[in-house]
Amino acid sequence: MSASSAFSDEKGGSSGEPEYGHDPASGGIFSTDYKRHDDLKEMLDSNKDSLKLEAMKRIVAMIARGKNASDLFPAVVKNVACKNIEVKKLVYVYLVRYAEEQQELALLSISTFQRGLKDPNQLIRASALRVLSSIRVTIIVPIMMLAIKEAASDMSPYVRKTAAHAIPKLHSLDPDQKDQLIEVIEKLLADKTTLVAGSVVMAFEEVCPDRIDLIHKNYRKLCNLLIDVEEWGQVVIINMLTRYARTQFLNPNINESLLEEGDEKAFYASDEEEDEEKKVEASALAKRKPYVMDPDHRLLLRNTKPLLQSRNAAVVMAVAQLYFHLAPKAEVGVIAKALVRLMRSHSEVQYVVLQNVATMTIKRRGMFEPYLKSFYIRSTDPTQIKILKLEVLTNLANETNISTLLREFQTYIKSMDKDFVAASIQAIGRCATNIGEVRDTCLNGLVQLLSNRDELVVAESVVVIKKLLQMQPEQHSDIIKHMAKLIDNIQVPMARASILWLIGEYCEHVPKIAPDVLRKMAKSFTNEEDIVKLQIINLAAKLYLTNSKQTKLLTQYVLNLAKYDQNYDIRDRARFIRQLIVPTDKSGALNKYAKKLFLALKPAPVLESPFKDRDHFQLGSLSHLLNAKASGYQELPAWPESAPDPSVRNVEIPDWSKCTSRKDRKEKKVEKPFYSDSDGESGPTESADSESDSGSRSESVSGSDESAFGSESEESGEETESDEEEEEEEKMKKKRVEKTKAKKPVVESAESEQSSGAEDQKRGRKTGKDRKSASESESESESSESEEESEDESEEESESDADIRKKKAPAKQPPKQSKKVNKKETQEMSLLDLDDFEPTPASAPVTPVNFLSSSLVSDLEGLSLTDTILAPSTIAQSASMKMCELLHRIRGEGLAVEYCFSRQPFSPDPNMVAVQIQFTNNTSSETKTIHIEEPKLQSGMRIREFSEIELMSAGESVTVVMGIDFCDSTQAANFQLCTHTRKFFVSIQPPVGELMTPVFLTENDFKKEQGKLMGMNEISEKLTLGEKCVNEHVIVERVTATANLSRVPCGSDKECSSPPTPPPSSPVHRFAGKTVSSGCLVLVTVAMKEGRGAQLTVNCEKMVIGTMLVKDILQALTQ
Amino acid sequence: MPAKSFLLLKIFIKTAVSSWLFSPIMIHSLFLINNVGDLFLEKHWKSVISRTVCDYFFEAREKAVEPENVPPVIHTPHHYLINIYREKIFFVSVTQTEVPPLFVIEFLHQVAETFQDYFGECSETTINDNVVIVYELLEEMLDNGFPLTTESNILKELIRPPTTLRSMVNTITGIGNIGQTLPTGQLSSIPWRRAGVKYTNNEAYFDVVEEIDAILDKSGSTVFAEIQGGIDACVKLSGMPDLTLSFMNPRLLDDVSFHPCVRYKRWESERVLSFIPPDGNFQLMSYHVSAQNLVAIPVYVKQNISFFETGPSGRLDITVGPKQTMGKTVECVVVTIHMPKVVLSANLNATQGTYNYDPVTKVLMWDIGKLNPQKLPNLKGSLSLQSGAPKPEENPNLNVDLKIQQLAISGLKVNQLDMYGEKYKPFKGVKYVTKAGKFQVRM
Repeated sequence: MSASSAFSDEKGGSSGEPEYGHDPASGGIFSTDYKRHDDLKEMLDSNKDSLKLEAMKRIVAMIARGKNASDLFPAVVKNVACKNIEVKKLVYVYLVRYAEEQQELALLSISTFQRGLKDPNQLIRASALRVLSSIRVTIIVPIMMLAIKEAASDMSPYVRKTAAHAIPKLHSLDPDQKDQLIEVIEKLLADKTTLVAGSVVMAFEEVCPDRIDLIHKNYRKLCNLLIDVEEWGQVVIINMLTRYARTQFLNPNINESLLEEGDEKAFYASDEEEDEEKKVEASALAKRKPYVMDPDHRLLLRNTKPLLQSRNAAVVMAVAQLYFHLAPKAEVGVIAKALVRLMRSHSEVQYVVLQNVATMTIKRRGMFEPYLKSFYIRSTDPTQIKILKLEVLTNLANETNISTLLREFQTYIKSMDKDFVAASIQAIGRCATNIGEVRDTCLNGLVQLLSNRDELVVAESVVVIKKLLQMQPEQHSDIIKHMAKLIDNIQVPMARASILWLIGEYCEHVPKIAPDVLRKMAKSFTNEEDIVKLQIINLAAKLYLTNSKQTKLLTQYVLNLAKYDQNYDIRDRARFIRQLIVPTDKSGALNKYAKKLFLALKPAPVLESPFKDRDHFQLGSLSHLLNAKASGYQELPAWPESAPDPSVRNVEIPDWSKCTSRKDRKEKKVEKPFYSDSDGESGPTESADSESDSGSRSESVSGSDESAFGSESEESGEETESDEEEEEEEKMKKKRVEKTKAKKPVVESAESEQSSGAEDQKRGRKTGKDRKSASESESESESSESEEESEDESEEESESDADIRKKKAPAKQPPKQSKKVNKKETQEMSLLDLDDFEPTPASAPVTPVNFLSSSLVSDLEGLSLTDTILAPSTIAQSASMKMCELLHRIRGEGLAVEYCFSRQPFSPDPNMVAVQIQFTNNTSSETKTIHIEEPKLQSGMRIREFSEIELMSAGESVTVVMGIDFCDSTQAANFQLCTHTRKFFVSIQPPVGELMTPVFLTENDFKKEQGKLMGMNEISEKLTLGEKCVNEHVIVERVTATANLSRVPCGSDKECSSPPTPPPSSPVHRFAGKTVSSGCLVLVTVAMKEGRGAQLTVNCEKMVIGTMLVKDILQALTQ
Repeated sequence: MPAKSFLLLKIFIKTAVSSWLFSPIMIHSLFLINNVGDLFLEKHWKSVISRTVCDYFFEAREKAVEPENVPPVIHTPHHYLINIYREKIFFVSVTQTEVPPLFVIEFLHQVAETFQDYFGECSETTINDNVVIVYELLEEMLDNGFPLTTESNILKELIRPPTTLRSMVNTITGIGNIGQTLPTGQLSSIPWRRAGVKYTNNEAYFDVVEEIDAILDKSGSTVFAEIQGGIDACVKLSGMPDLTLSFMNPRLLDDVSFHPCVRYKRWESERVLSFIPPDGNFQLMSYHVSAQNLVAIPVYVKQNISFFETGPSGRLDITVGPKQTMGKTVECVVVTIHMPKVVLSANLNATQGTYNYDPVTKVLMWDIGKLNPQKLPNLKGSLSLQSGAPKPEENPNLNVDLKIQQLAISGLKVNQLDMYGEKYKPFKGVKYVTKAGKFQVRM
């Protein structure tokens, strides 16, 4: 290490030499350092500026190369007062670099800067402050403090910005000044120019990040200025506001539910008109009953969103992390597109973005699923990018896309980049563990790889196969055998060790091969790597325990070899194991348990993402990237339990008239010299930009504004927008104060009103955004539709492709695989045999295309559309379901059977209702072969039987899932339950509510569909709600419990959430579903009336179902 | 200053040094290192950090083999090194505390871009030749480790870029690069445009450049394709012009990002680009046309590569032809293949263009030029492999580069450009180009 640095130093030095050849005046004069410096000194002392400049340039070049030029300090510092700006600048550069080392001399220059601070030119003032504050000499701290304080109230925003920059400098020089500096920060935070905002927040973050109270008053201003701040400032402000919001607002995802997502949909899709939007938004907020988003929270989300369009990746990332940490779940999705865009940027940017995306995909997979293909890997990507992309792809894998993904992985395995191939194999392994459906396919594919020529590939496959086999070893003894054979060829230690472990662990499955393997390994023991040796010992021990007859001597031999091994670990292990397994009179009680110790059932390893749990670090931070706390990292605070007082953010203005006059005074004082200084200063960014483009609307608003405060605006001429805005705010505030005085309980609504008022001027911006979001959601739904279609298409296409390829494959392979032209072999050539996938898309619940969003809803619900019927997740919900008796314990002679409708989609056949059946064996003996026989069904009804239960020991209970197609009737399905001894006639009769599955509809869709189902298809009933049906929650709960429907999010019932004010219009609850087998829509509307009254309407093409449903729901609601 | 205070000073120094150790500062130092490993420039924005800190970087560099694989963030015991690799130069920045990594990375890229802007290219030679300007730029771009001025329009006013003429004048007159007049732009309401711009010929050019990113599989069907576009502008207009650029079909654009000068709200509400442009060259916007819209693939490639078990040889046969070109000619077609390591040489015959196989990097490059639909270019012949080595299992991928003039493959069309705020009539021009981005064919 040090050698390399020395080398580079040397190189740096030598490369410096010829550089001087460029200077016409320099050639060959400087043979030694001393001379060179003498010469430079001479030049600096001359009274020609050109010579001085030349000398300074050379000195700066020396500094740039890391050479010491400190002995020139006295000569240089004399020139600090030089009239020539260029010389001066270079002297500044030099001073900043060496002042620390030559403090005494540096003091000589201070007076020059002090003079500079008073210069009429703002740039000279700024640069004097910059250099003064950069000179790290403690004795001038008071001078610096004074200078900063003065500059903080300078009329030039540029100087104020420099003052903000100087604050952290002084703070690091002398932390004792903190209190005074905080005062300056507080003052600068109140500054209204965008130029200052970023820098002062930066200073805030460095000096007093915990003084969150300083932000309150400036919060709204910062949010509003944000879009016009320069990019770097935006990043800092957004990061700070993220932390701020975490302490001040409530978690928007407190009551996570499907409804929430629906709400947002409605909210975006609704309309462009601002006022209406407000209402809808408010109602959407109101519906999440206990949680109401603070308008300031909303303001932050709204004002940061456009920044996703920034060209600066750091800004995009900052907004993305803000949304990830602060936004309601349903809104987080907007960041995905922007992050995917960054994937086109430089590879370093990609690297950081992918790391963050990897973390996000674990929490919110759905967000990036539409962009799956953007993460496909190109052979030209750098390896570290490839591996990260692979990570993201693996995280995104699910039942629906796994087949395409595996096909993609298949091409990756052929890559030339071996590290990447290894990672791909691991990725396949992870997909296999996560998605049971493809486990066997993956395993087969991986076994194919075992015959790969590349040892690394084989080794990695072995390791992954080992992990997979551990999950279900019984079925795969042939693979274990196959791997046992491989041990002769594989040399990679990790792979050998894995194989040995497998054989040892499952030696009972391969009783003949295992001892032979041990024999071979005993022979080569001394030449093995340490990890292999350890596994040989393990294998020997396990075999000794299970098959001591054959392996006793071998084990002894191995242990003896190990006893004299060089590695103490191995010697230790051998000693330990000998004591444990070989029974001697001395050996203690443990000997008895040796078998239990060694052959205990070991849990299968969980293959999980290294990015799991990384989201406790703030995304986009260095700490997140390193997965370790970096110094200076500030934890993202947890959400508060209850919101702190929101009123702290109100900018209080005690008296209107007083305030204006004060303002006037200030402006008078400030404005004059402000303009005389330079006319460029006039409109601090915002006015020029936003006023002109916020359209006629905002102009008219501001116009009227101006006329209202005519005198003032005339005087100040070019009033900045932010000022006006503040005045508006103030006005609103005053109104508000009055209002709050009048009626205290309505604070909340008043506030939302107030904020909407205060933002009048921002309307242009906002409407634009809403329109955008509307169009966005539109296009999103469109795209999702088209995507689905195109995916289907592409699947077909690629399937046919695969077919073609397969057809081609046998034709091409013979020359390649000259030795094994086995039919089987050629079929297996294609890794991860595609035949196995073909049923997958079919079995995935392809819902009838009537309601394209239905698949979406199931995604949202996070229903695991599980593959195998027995997967635990389908059974998990049973607790909440009402169990019905199918066979009583007594009638069943000890066998009790209960059933319930699990409301899970039945994946083998989407037209069937899933029925979960629980068998309990209450007898004292075993019950065998439980299955179904002779179903006597009504015409059209179908049953998909559960797979036979082979054995149930006494007291055990087993749960299975079967599917029944009831043909949308409530007729019972009759069949026989058979055990090995008896047959029982049983029947399952479904309540009408179970014959349907939820459908996701928006309110508009709902109304449209309802319009189609009028007349005969509509059944209406008046009812009086039961005593307990006091609020919407109970109603929703009751209805959904009665029938398997999903709630339609709607916006018109907002008022029901604010109990103090009586609801002017009655809320309406809507539910939608469709019948399972024929897919007819079922629409339920519960409209609340005065008092307890309500009107229930059911629209369904199937009138029988409709009438029955009305009856059931009536009963549920009136109880 | 009295002698007494000097004594006091010494005490101060001690306390001060300890507090600097962990100063929270975003970018502490910057080192420039060429791809051979020579450190040729260093700049510190606070106290000097010894260049030995780069040893950790060299270590990582060695481990990574390829320069692209150096991790962008390297964790050392006391510092974090955040680096980028550009134009064969590593920009290694040192920070001590938590900082958004992208913030630093973006800034470093901005530095590299500024160098490119100033010196025409960003290379070790140009940086060494202009070391004083580089130093001044760095000083101006970062203050106390926090970005100060990064807009090139403003920077150019503070520090004049070198031109050949000026450097000559400088040597004669002894007047340097730094402007005598002080800039005002920084303080104007439009931070990206300098004030007082004057041209005799007022012109504004816009290049719509689209790149097709695609992965095609063996059979030629599209695995993934999307279009990345950008509008590069060259605006030389006097005064403060306010421009409005509208499209015939703005709905095509799926995702956009803008230069800060573009008024986001106008875009949201009317789908027009309204902006006061910076002076000179800049990228106005970049956009994305997603994979959901069918992307036209302008060329097809029929390729066959095979290696034989017996005898150290392989065969290669590639044909390139036009597919969906909208009636335009495909130009500058270059096919690049990264061959497996065992391929020693190639003996091929190209019906058009020239091919070149570099046995060191194992890259086969076939420069075709213009694509003639009547006579499709073909490259055919044998590859010789290292004898004794097993035949490669993997098939190489094929990268295609191409260019189509006067066509934006997405169909995007500029409708019109209006100017407000100034009285003269500018000359306006729009050009379309389609290129291959990351266009890859799997074999």
